[in-house]
Amino acid sequence: MLSFIARRTAAGAVLLFVISFLSYTLLSIPDTDVGRQLLGQGASQDLVDARNAALGLDRPTAVQYADWLAHAVRGDFGTSWFSGENVMRAIANRLPVTISLMVGVTLVTAVLAFGLGVWAGVRRGAVDRFVQVFAVVGYALPAFLVTLVIVLVFAVHLRWFPAIGYVGLTESFTGWLSTVTLPVVSLAVVSVAGVAQQVRGSVIDVMRQDYVRTLRARGLPPWRIILRHVVRNASAPALAVLGMQFVGMLGGAVLVEQIFGLPGIGSMTVNYTTRGDIPVIMALVMVSVTVVIVINLVVDILIGWLNPKARIA
Amino acid sequence: MSESTPAALPSAPGPVRRAGAARLLLAHPLGLVSAIVLAAVVAGVLLAPVLSPQDPDVSNLRDAFGGPAAGHPLGFDSAGRDILTRLLHGGRNTLGGAVIALAVALALGVPSGLLAGYRGGRFDSAAGWVVNLVMALPAMVVLLASRAILGPTVWVLMVVLGFLVAPVFFRLVRGIVANVRNELYVDAAKVSGLRDRRIVARHVLIVVRAPIIIQVALVSGIAVGLQAGLEFLGIGSGDTPTWGAMLNEAFKNIQRAPLLMLWPGLALGLTNGALVLLAAALRDVLEDRGAAPAVRRRRAPAPEAPRGTDGTPAGAGGRARLLSVRDLAVSYALPGGGEREVVHGVDLDVRAGEIVGLVGESGSGKTQTAFSILGILPEGGRVSRGSITVEGQEIVGMPERRHRALRGDVVAYVPQEPMSNLDPAFTVGSQLVEPMRCKLGISRAEATRRALDLLSLVEIADPRRTFGSYPHEISGGMAQRVLIAGAMSCDPRLLIADEPTTALDVMVQAEVLGLLRRLQRERGLGVLLVTHNLGVVADLCDRVAVMKQGRIVETGTAEQVLHAPGDPYTQRLLGAVLDDVPARGPWRPSNAEVS
Amino acid sequence: MSGSTPGGATAGPLLAVEDLRVSFPGKGWRAPRVEVLKGVSLDIRPGETLGLVGESGSGKTTIGRAILGLVPVGSGAITFAGERIDRAAARRRRELSRDIQVIFQDPYTSLNPSLTVGDTLSEPLLAQGYAAREARERVGRLLDRVELPADAAHRLPREFSGGQRQRVAIARALAIGPRLIVCDEPVSALDLTTQKTVLDLLVEIQERTGVSYLFVSHDLSVVRFMSHRVAVIHRGEIVETGEAAEVTAEPRHPYTRGLLLAAPVADVAAQRARRQAFEREYGAAT
Repeated sequence: MLSFIARRTAAGAVLLFVISFLSYTLLSIPDTDVGRQLLGQGASQDLVDARNAALGLDRPTAVQYADWLAHAVRGDFGTSWFSGENVMRAIANRLPVTISLMVGVTLVTAVLAFGLGVWAGVRRGAVDRFVQVFAVVGYALPAFLVTLVIVLVFAVHLRWFPAIGYVGLTESFTGWLSTVTLPVVSLAVVSVAGVAQQVRGSVIDVMRQDYVRTLRARGLPPWRIILRHVVRNASAPALAVLGMQFVGMLGGAVLVEQIFGLPGIGSMTVNYTTRGDIPVIMALVMVSVTVVIVINLVVDILIGWLNPKARIA
Repeated sequence: MSESTPAALPSAPGPVRRAGAARLLLAHPLGLVSAIVLAAVVAGVLLAPVLSPQDPDVSNLRDAFGGPAAGHPLGFDSAGRDILTRLLHGGRNTLGGAVIALAVALALGVPSGLLAGYRGGRFDSAAGWVVNLVMALPAMVVLLASRAILGPTVWVLMVVLGFLVAPVFFRLVRGIVANVRNELYVDAAKVSGLRDRRIVARHVLIVVRAPIIIQVALVSGIAVGLQAGLEFLGIGSGDTPTWGAMLNEAFKNIQRAPLLMLWPGLALGLTNGALVLLAAALRDVLEDRGAAPAVRRRRAPAPEAPRGTDGTPAGAGGRARLLSVRDLAVSYALPGGGEREVVHGVDLDVRAGEIVGLVGESGSGKTQTAFSILGILPEGGRVSRGSITVEGQEIVGMPERRHRALRGDVVAYVPQEPMSNLDPAFTVGSQLVEPMRCKLGISRAEATRRALDLLSLVEIADPRRTFGSYPHEISGGMAQRVLIAGAMSCDPRLLIADEPTTALDVMVQAEVLGLLRRLQRERGLGVLLVTHNLGVVADLCDRVAVMKQGRIVETGTAEQVLHAPGDPYTQRLLGAVLDDVPARGPWRPSNAEVS
Repeated sequence: MSGSTPGGATAGPLLAVEDLRVSFPGKGWRAPRVEVLKGVSLDIRPGETLGLVGESGSGKTTIGRAILGLVPVGSGAITFAGERIDRAAARRRRELSRDIQVIFQDPYTSLNPSLTVGDTLSEPLLAQGYAAREARERVGRLLDRVELPADAAHRLPREFSGGQRQRVAIARALAIGPRLIVCDEPVSALDLTTQKTVLDLLVEIQERTGVSYLFVSHDLSVVRFMSHRVAVIHRGEIVETGEAAEVTAEPRHPYTRGLLLAAPVADVAAQRARRQAFEREYGAAT
């Protein structure tokens, strides 16, 4: 187990390194004159050059990257070119918003999707048809469209929740809840649809397995077979999908945070990335890739726990 | 070999795939609707210059937020531009962008997936690594950053999107091809002297084609959605009309004119919905899945009482107390409604302390008969006629709860395939302990002690170690012993063994047969032994019933049936046994070869 | 066994396998390779059937696949008609398919479900350069030879029973007139009565065409019926080889004797005797 985690962590570090190198190189291609952009057209060339030199942009890309890397491995991602903020601090300020969003969505998805999926797979009939239709709808509609409709109905029309803004969890719990509910619901529609569909499919598969028939022949009550054996065996593929949904949510969060005006990583992405602010972009890429690597590792460990056959020695 | 599902019965459906997938798709209601919607959207978008009332950028501030007017059926947006015009022109950009992304994804993903799946080896590992890398990238960040690098041209961003989506196709194709590569028919083609290129074209592409088409429909939906999402974030170039940009503009005016969101939202939703439904319909049509799960839950009619005793065997009327089956019929619901009977009136008796063989070839209905006694017929199957009594209790029509109470401690089951009948997620021990605690209401410690005793009873050398093992850690023969131990755990009086040794090697088979005989003698069990192997019958059985096509054609003692068969079918079966056939004799150079 | 005899001498074996070793990569990270064949030698003469008996995992299927070039050979030699073929180049391998053919165990997965029987059968013919017309005629004759109706060519495999599918597979193996057919458990997926008719067909074809068979099976009685000589394989090694009558009736090696005594016969008295002998020799509890 420990050697498995160590191996995966090492592989993840290599992946991070390769991605950071590729990203830095690609981002440096346009050769933006950052100093000119910061100081405006009126500034003298000397001032612009001095500004670029202060930012270290007068050096070759390879040297810049090496410098970035040397700081990054120590957790220092530098300062934003355009706002002068400390990148790590900016991200740390915004991370709780995005995290509460994603954890909320994952919890909602886990509970609802497993409930619906198991119910549909076991009972079939009307519940099953509902889950199927719901899955199609959830899959068909882009998350941001769902979000817009939800805003329109619950914030603009019914005025049950604020359409915009964020209250920190530490400031007021109810305030936090009311600002987070709609974004969570918006993102959850899609992920519940996808995961419930997967759970349903694997439950139906497992119910047809020989060992389920043998358990029935042993005289065990159906609910016991379903809760202990069917759900456990059906969970592994569903977890894999849940993991992928979590990763996909990073993208969804960008749109949803933008729509609801949440000060999270997502809206930060939109505001900084399009201007080519390399320190910020690099930090964002590193954070999201790390999240992906960690999620994949956690999912694999969980699947190994559920399914001993998949365990790697 | 297995006949647990009626699908194994002879059936001759027409060649579905040859009937033309397109025609079938249009016969599928969802397929037809989604195809029409998509066709309408594509046509409208292609003909935008002809259909639209005016130029998409013509704006007249006097018309801002104006409702429908003559020549402007959908009204005007916040800048006074005609909504219908912008919708049609916007669709061009949105759909066109999706097409580009798709083309790039297909061009990158499919060939590399084919190569990696078919060849494996280094290319496979390398490609797999790159794919993992791409899939770890945050798509939104990459797309937004690409805008910074490559400029605000949507078309270029769509190429990047295609690159990000390509892994989906790579994984799909690689997975399928890696499986197909191991199919025997691909080996056969290699042995037939076909070149790899031809094998891929003839055998591999056919298999990946359908999943790729389905995936294309799904991915187009995703691409359209992502594209609109990017436009919504204002990533596009200025005033170019797109559905996403229209939604963005509507969102800015959400308080003033919420209905502005309707038309672009509808266009987007309809297009995506149609694509996903089309994918679902394609899946039904191309993968032949449509027919499978159509079995509806409906209250099955009550089984008929057994018909008169005219057909009962010798000793009619005298029914055995332990197990007695009279005029048993089993039917399966057909997908289109109606039922098909697969067992047609079986009579069978098993007395305490007796081993009765139920012999037949695949599809004869012997397993269906065994499942009926246990009440574990698969979905769609039911006992449609007759009577089954176990220890004098009628179980046909008995409530499930009471029938369940009999399973395990009166009737027990030993299945055919040892490996697939143990739950892979639990240790052997917990699978033995759980039913005992549940059926006998004993403590965990007591159940554990008993389980260890059972494991030694079935002659497992190291019970403790096996107790803690997972099913995949033990051999097939060992697993079959564990299943026998499980069947014995609640002290049943009747054992239904369905081909208990068919999946085992002969040496292990001999040992397991010996074990069954010993347990049966020690405990005075009645056993119904379902088998196709007449040697196993000779080894173990006191009496035999021979089944053919859902009917019992002959019953008698093992000696009678094996040595003086009365029924022509039994004679034919025995005639096919190769036990007494003399060896072929030594080889002699044939004339053809010597000359 | 007889050494690699150069030149296609008529007296020499058609196929000779010498000290064949095959190993597969182990499962898991840095696992050692698993040796499946540990130095196997056998030979087959023209028109002869060599039966190869063994339990699952003994390596019997791997021998056949190595001869067909479907698994890489670790070391040792495979000589066909005097020519080393264990490391044949891809082009030579394709040419060899004229001479060496196969019938697989599972008639359900050995035929491509989406190709008609006619397409499947004409595949080897077209690959060997037959014209389409000629191939079609030959397919008709092949179907006739394996006793399938002529209209079978236009139907898909799923319309046929297991036994009929196996006949299609036999027809495919016969298409180009091979000199050796590797039969890998060709009847083990079939019912008893079907099994007999398929075996009869294989014997009849051999007597008519003089083709050689490597007949792989786990069933001693099937092998006795089919084979002139029998080789017994156990854990990657051949433990006994000899005339079929001797090996299957009075085996010398204890493993073969165990196989023989363990297989139940459909005769109550004979089986009782056999079982007692098995329990005596292998100490199983009574």
